[in-house]
Amino acid sequence: MTSGGFFERLQTGLWKDNPGLVQLLGLCPLLAVTTTLVNGVGLGVATLVVLTCSNALVSATRRWIRQEIRIPIYVLIIASLVTCIELIFKAWFPALDRSLGIFIPLIVTNCAIVARAEIFASRNPVGASIADGLGMGVGFALLLMAIGAFRELVGQASILSGLDMLSGGAPFDGFSFADSGLLLAILPPGAFFALALAVALKNSIDQRRRRERR
Amino acid sequence: MSGQTIIKTGATLAVIAAICTTLVAATYQLTSERIVANEKALLEQALQPALAGIFYEGGVSESRLVMLAPHDLPGNDTALIYRVYAQDKPVAALFAVTARDGFSGLIRILVGVEFDGTITGVRILQHRETPGLGDKIESARSDWIFQFDGRSMGNPAVTGWAIRNDGGEFDQLTGASVTPRAVIGAIRDTLLYFDVHRDEIFAAESTEDNK
Repeated sequence: MTSGGFFERLQTGLWKDNPGLVQLLGLCPLLAVTTTLVNGVGLGVATLVVLTCSNALVSATRRWIRQEIRIPIYVLIIASLVTCIELIFKAWFPALDRSLGIFIPLIVTNCAIVARAEIFASRNPVGASIADGLGMGVGFALLLMAIGAFRELVGQASILSGLDMLSGGAPFDGFSFADSGLLLAILPPGAFFALALAVALKNSIDQRRRRERR
Repeated sequence: MSGQTIIKTGATLAVIAAICTTLVAATYQLTSERIVANEKALLEQALQPALAGIFYEGGVSESRLVMLAPHDLPGNDTALIYRVYAQDKPVAALFAVTARDGFSGLIRILVGVEFDGTITGVRILQHRETPGLGDKIESARSDWIFQFDGRSMGNPAVTGWAIRNDGGEFDQLTGASVTPRAVIGAIRDTLLYFDVHRDEIFAAESTEDNK
């Protein structure tokens, strides 16, 4: 795999090989916490930071790591990073930490992260690995935000509820448009519908582009 | 792998482990004070609604009793009791108890009871009830939970501690009856427990932190 330019790398993660939309990795947090936009931002940013740092560390240590022990090393690096992120969230974003709950520690098991370590970071220089981590991380975070915003809009008829969890200050219920929304969107099945719509949307855009190129 | 490779590989693993541990330890150093302060602030803040209108002295979080199962409090799970004093006289007790019979998962409830058995306030600490229906038990989502303020065992009598559909005195929630039933049941059982054990509760030594 050639590393290509920085922006090319970013684009791969953001769109072409988006971990959620194309590789369908990390679906557990993606489906579980995306009930609001703010939740999506929280988990998205946490995953982005872990993914970028783990890519950087795995890539930086790749010369000294024997093939046979690479997976224990990935696990060690990723688990340590997640622990750090969890502590930071607890210290500076306690409300968001409570809202995301077990899904912060569960970032350890996000297969998108191990997958990038194995497929990319262990074979490429640090710079390219960081670009890959940023691209994939931002791609994943944007998808979490989009699905979170969609489910919040449809399910609660509001947007940005719980913004105080990010900014501090008084509890904020978000901008409300109606008394209640379509409950299904917030329930677990709504997550599957939202993801399916997002995948379908991406595929149709890609198809149209291909047709136009012809 | 030969013996020598095993040692070499093990050493690599150990070095990486040491680096990772250092990273976590440094982050812990940086954050631990804030985390402890956050947790204490959160607890005091969570207890506040159940202290409305009470005069009290000193921190409430220090007077904690940890009740390990089995006990007669609702949920028969680890329950917490915070005692509130003014001038060394007992004023009120705050109960953090569990209702097991909610619609989905456990409901953690905070019940504040004055020394004479009157409810000062009830709040839901944690739940996983259906959004839009059962979650109206939250004080932020409806004022359903406020109807218990000032009530006590006797106002109404034991049989009145139920939703109207079941012949009780309390409002139900549209579209959800399992959730209110669970919450009311837990409040009722807390009051019954308080009636029987009041003097024990205030006489007991606070549970020490293990940390």
